[in-house]
Amino acid sequence: MNLASYLFGIVTALITLFIVIELLRRRRLRERHAIYWLVAGTISLIFGIFPQLLVFAAGLVGIAVPTNLVFFVSIFVLFFVCIQHSSELTALETQTRVLAEENALQEMRLRELEEVVRRMPPAIGVDTSSGADS
Amino acid sequence: MHAALDRTLIVMPALNEEASVADVVREVYEKLPGVKCLVVDDGSTDNTIAEARSAGADVARLPFNLGVGGAMRVGFKYAVNNGYDNVIQIDSDGQHDPSGVIKLLEALEVTDLAIGARFAGEGDYTVRGPRKWAMRVLSVTISWVAGVKLTDTTSGFRASGPRAVRLFAEHYPAEYLGDTIESLVIAARSGLRIQQVAVSMRPRAGGTPSHNPWKAATYLGRATMALTIALLRPRLPDPEPGVAVV
Repeated sequence: MNLASYLFGIVTALITLFIVIELLRRRRLRERHAIYWLVAGTISLIFGIFPQLLVFAAGLVGIAVPTNLVFFVSIFVLFFVCIQHSSELTALETQTRVLAEENALQEMRLRELEEVVRRMPPAIGVDTSSGADS
Repeated sequence: MHAALDRTLIVMPALNEEASVADVVREVYEKLPGVKCLVVDDGSTDNTIAEARSAGADVARLPFNLGVGGAMRVGFKYAVNNGYDNVIQIDSDGQHDPSGVIKLLEALEVTDLAIGARFAGEGDYTVRGPRKWAMRVLSVTISWVAGVKLTDTTSGFRASGPRAVRLFAEHYPAEYLGDTIESLVIAARSGLRIQQVAVSMRPRAGGTPSHNPWKAATYLGRATMALTIALLRPRLPDPEPGVAVV
């Protein structure tokens, strides 16, 4: 590994972290969604600075080629985030659906209420400005 | 006039049914005096709402399409919030004959959920080929879960008694096929009594049932998945009476 590829790993990790933190700072990303990207960015930064750690970790779990550990962890994180997104999407769809149902029921109540108000005699109606001639 | 009619809400999910909905509503009021008819417009882009109102129905308008399940949830919630004991689902395309409602209501005196079934001896509605086999598989499995013989599990002509209305107002499934298959599984596993009632059905006003084998296979696949997942879900408790649904 030459200096260029060493720096390349570190810079990529830093850019990732910078983007995530910047989105968090501008409230474009909520903490609960950002946490996986922050963890992933931090791990890649640590392994970028200390590549020997990766060799050590791969040896611990018995992986012969250390980069395979990187691929494995990356795919695992992406997979996990995708499932989490599907789950969040389901929750959002449920909330939207319930809101639509509530909206339909409220609209009916409002319609009935407006009908009652329309049938009211003018004297006890809301508009009292023209009450003198009735 | 049947005594239970004034405590009964007819719910009609409607999606772009301007051609038939007014006639169906009028037929309901004619054959079932004293009943309240709620049309739930499921995001129609045509004149369904105006047509239904012109025939005298109350209309709940969903802002976008939710499917039959979502439309029925509106109906069940409306029933609970306005003190209706029974909810009867009728299709707005005219394939269900409102005279069958009386038979369903009579069944509700001894059961919680009454399914108007096409193949139980009445009517001339037939289904052939793979779709028939798919419906057979569903019938056998759901009959086993419900502990009662059901031959037409996908029928949209059904009556829910007070226990079923309370359960469904909170837990009616909104997914594809949830309104037919999963709702039966939920009801059966919550200890509700289910009964099948023979009703005659008219041919659908628009279009015929599909006999495309690929579509039938897809239908069977999705139905099997819906059924399996419904059986894997935790049981729901039978809700207490008198609890308002938010």
